[in-house]
Amino acid sequence: MVDVLIFERSVEGRVGYSIPSTTVPSQDVPFEFRRETPLKFPEVSELDVVRHYTILSQKNYGVDQGFYPLGSCTMKYNPKINEDMAKLDGFTQLHPLQDVATVQGALQLYDDMNKALSSLTGLAAFTFNGIAGAHGELIGLMIMKEYHLKRNDLRRTKVIVPISAHGTNPASSSLCGFEVVQVATNEHGCVDLDALKKVLNEEVAGIMLTNPNTLGLFERDICEISAMMHQNGSLMYYDGANLNALLGHVRPSDMGFDIMHINLHKTFSTPHGGGGPGSGPVGVRADLVDLLPNPQVRKIDNQYEWVNNPQSIGFVSGFHGNFLVVLRAYAYLLSLGKENIRQVSLLSVLNANYVKESLKTWYKLPIQDVCMHEVVFDGLISEKATTLEVAKRLLDYGYHPPTIYFPLLFHQSLMIEPTEVESKETLDAFIEVMKTIALEAISDPQLLKDAPHHTPVRRIDEVSAARNPILTMKDVLHE
Amino acid sequence: MSKVLNGLHYTKSHEWVKIEGNEAVIGISDYAQHSLGNIVYLETKEVGEDLTQFDELGTIESVKAASDILSPLSGSIIALNDEVIDRPELINDDPYGCWLVKMIIKDSNEINNLLTAEQYQLESK
Amino acid sequence: MFKYFPHTPEDIQSMLDTIGVSSLDDLFAGIDLDLRKVKEFDLPSAQSEYEVRQTIKNLANHNQTFVSFLGAGSYDPFTPSVVPALTSRQEFLTSYTPYQAEISQGTLQYIFEFQSMMAELTGMDVANASMYDGATAAAEAMFMACAHTKRSKILLSESLHPRTIEVIKTYAKYRGLIVQMIKSTYQGLDMASLKAAMNQDVAGLMVGYPNYFGYLESYESLSSMLLDNKSLLIFQSDPSSLALFKTPRAWGADIVCGEAQSLGIAPSFGGPYLGYLATTKALMRKMPGRICGMSKDIDGKRAFVLTLQAREQHIRREKANSNICSNQSLMALSAVIYMSIMGKKGMEAVAKRAYDNAHYLEKALIATGRFYLVSSLPHHKEFVLRYDGDLSLLQSKWQAHGFLGGLNLDQHHCLFCAHETRSKDEMDRLVKVVGDIHG
Repeated sequence: MVDVLIFERSVEGRVGYSIPSTTVPSQDVPFEFRRETPLKFPEVSELDVVRHYTILSQKNYGVDQGFYPLGSCTMKYNPKINEDMAKLDGFTQLHPLQDVATVQGALQLYDDMNKALSSLTGLAAFTFNGIAGAHGELIGLMIMKEYHLKRNDLRRTKVIVPISAHGTNPASSSLCGFEVVQVATNEHGCVDLDALKKVLNEEVAGIMLTNPNTLGLFERDICEISAMMHQNGSLMYYDGANLNALLGHVRPSDMGFDIMHINLHKTFSTPHGGGGPGSGPVGVRADLVDLLPNPQVRKIDNQYEWVNNPQSIGFVSGFHGNFLVVLRAYAYLLSLGKENIRQVSLLSVLNANYVKESLKTWYKLPIQDVCMHEVVFDGLISEKATTLEVAKRLLDYGYHPPTIYFPLLFHQSLMIEPTEVESKETLDAFIEVMKTIALEAISDPQLLKDAPHHTPVRRIDEVSAARNPILTMKDVLHE
Repeated sequence: MSKVLNGLHYTKSHEWVKIEGNEAVIGISDYAQHSLGNIVYLETKEVGEDLTQFDELGTIESVKAASDILSPLSGSIIALNDEVIDRPELINDDPYGCWLVKMIIKDSNEINNLLTAEQYQLESK
Repeated sequence: MFKYFPHTPEDIQSMLDTIGVSSLDDLFAGIDLDLRKVKEFDLPSAQSEYEVRQTIKNLANHNQTFVSFLGAGSYDPFTPSVVPALTSRQEFLTSYTPYQAEISQGTLQYIFEFQSMMAELTGMDVANASMYDGATAAAEAMFMACAHTKRSKILLSESLHPRTIEVIKTYAKYRGLIVQMIKSTYQGLDMASLKAAMNQDVAGLMVGYPNYFGYLESYESLSSMLLDNKSLLIFQSDPSSLALFKTPRAWGADIVCGEAQSLGIAPSFGGPYLGYLATTKALMRKMPGRICGMSKDIDGKRAFVLTLQAREQHIRREKANSNICSNQSLMALSAVIYMSIMGKKGMEAVAKRAYDNAHYLEKALIATGRFYLVSSLPHHKEFVLRYDGDLSLLQSKWQAHGFLGGLNLDQHHCLFCAHETRSKDEMDRLVKVVGDIHG
């Protein structure tokens, strides 16, 4: 049985579970609290479940099987030693509220990671209470807001975001009660200094930037920008999405950043899991450390403890972070060590520039400069097919497409980030396919227009899905 | 080339308005429906609500985009086009035939802040 | 050479030639030397895999695990072996967010199944693809209520999980929303306090079902009271409990949110967990996060795709009601496999076992003569008792016997959890320690 929902495999009476028997007496649930309708859940055997989800997995595509050139996602290899370590009972069976004396190993891990990330970024301390990148952004902005409130400066209601920024930046700003002010970027996607001067005033709490920017280019004026912002009494927030380009070479603090978040599921190799769980640690400069969310790990009299700082922005998640994700990142750092950490950036920048030079005769390169860890093309030079069509055709060749239509600066954006784990052979094979597709666009454009041809499903009707949403089994049964 | 209907006023944000005395009939332009693509959802403020010129009047969604609809004039909403709210895809076929909201205008001088058909034609090139 | 970097010196040279620069350093020439001066970092030396294993195992050995009677929002449910076997498949573990639907049907279908099961458990029309955790899901539910009603005040029962309350307060503070606490004791929500708080600023009320203390309160009059006030009713519920109980929908809930970690996810020292959010058709478009819908492809085949994306941050940017970018996909997969294999009967059996166990433990503790009831309300999985001795001393005795003996709420009150993985023997041994202290 393929292509069915787990509900459709159900046969009444079948079971897949086993629980111990007991002599604990049965208690009646009070009448008024009893479930009013029987639970319509599948009834399947264990093998049914295994086959069902195994078949589903075969319709997916993971980094373990092939190249994932998605820009700004840093789809690097997820080491298996990290997975193994995250299975240890000495971590998985720990209750978050256990007495600190019984979790000193776990707390030390948080502390060691804190020290490592602080050293790499030049910031004073990190919290791991951010449980996703976007969550980290929100926390960083809350710290920004609190900083100004503590200074009794109530005018700081605005945050500047470049037009080229990722959607989470302005969304996080709004969620934090800031008004978003967009600043224009120049043809390099870099912040236009004159435009920035125009929007700077005493209402600006800070700016959110990523460096390299979303075009993969290093913001050369970054120090001038941070000087301007600090002169204005504003803070600099670093979106760590592109940290892979600078890790071990440029510290965000040296660029003038005061607050930042890191995506452990990007830079630090933890698996994407189909869309989570991730981890978004947030780091701050020394005078903002008291504002970090609670609880914090501190070493007091040779023991690690949880500390609640009264100056903190407060609590931001259910417990204290995605510990098992941080653990994986820690194992990764141990494996890399200080000897190898600097190669991550060098090799990822090498890879991106290699792809850039190899494809520029076929794909429009709006910016000729040396790029960093990712490169943005603006569609085919021949213009015989759209970026969407190129992406769909890539699926036929067994590749996950790069990021398309982002950044918004170009109409046919194609953003490629070949992380440091990809070999020259892998890149050459990808380049060959991209060239083939560019040629197909000229000789047989219909191949692209009708693509993909070889995937489990093709050209899904997204319009009906949005107009008449079918979101649950209930909806299916009513159809 | 987007269609621009004469006899209507337009905003820079691609809404059209037909003024009949102290009543205004509001919709979105051909350019707007074309940019959005297949419209899947429409939501507006309620009857009786007061709006200032260029205030948010509602939102319109397609698969790939969500856009705010801004009120071309200040006024009070007196009617909603329930048929179009139920089937917003009708807007794609006939943006000028599908009005969204009717309102009583507060200040007819505000019309000076709008674009004529000719001006809008130039704007939306 | 390092095992995660494939580049040989020859590879590097060849690539540099193609690029037209002479060294790797040249690629960084555009960056000011000043910014690149720090070259050494406070990191450990690289460890081989064997050494990494030793280092981390050593850390694990510095932690202690117990037989747990401590709940308070984190549980140790039974995890069927098929769960890790299936979630560790690389196509699930190492894949990206399913934006390219054609090669992500696996992810999209399990999300659809997850949405279906959460909707079924809660009785609601729709559920999203999951949230970060229960507390942030509750905060998002607050944003939803405020956005929908266009009001700025949220009422929270004092019997909600304290961390949920704290997180909502933090989120509300920076967004400029107002949180008002409604008095709630071990006997449940104080209705007079609630009535007094109702006015046209109120976007909604959030209550626990069961609440933080394990109690099932009086919910009958809530729905009509809130409806009259044009406010929303939000339930925060442990989904594994709902297999046994009247659904939040039947109580008139508009939004249901909570922590779904009890669906087979290990305690994990606090994360990653699994938040969820479910609502009615009327509020569907106000729901944050990812949502997967069913559709057809060009050949008429059934296909799944992320839908209603126009609401999400990457399109609406600063107009979005939320900034949530990811969900907790792999945890949702873990939960849906758990729910599939437990199935209708297993879900009911697990919930019933937790119900029975907690009542058994409560009676046994009271029978020691040292513990006293504090509430007459029905309860599930957790409950509070008052102890007439030294609770800290008792806890350390329990710990010495290998138990986490619940959570001390204050000097005299303890929150106990006895759910499906506790055996009669474990409960009897926990109780015996009390007897041993007091003779």
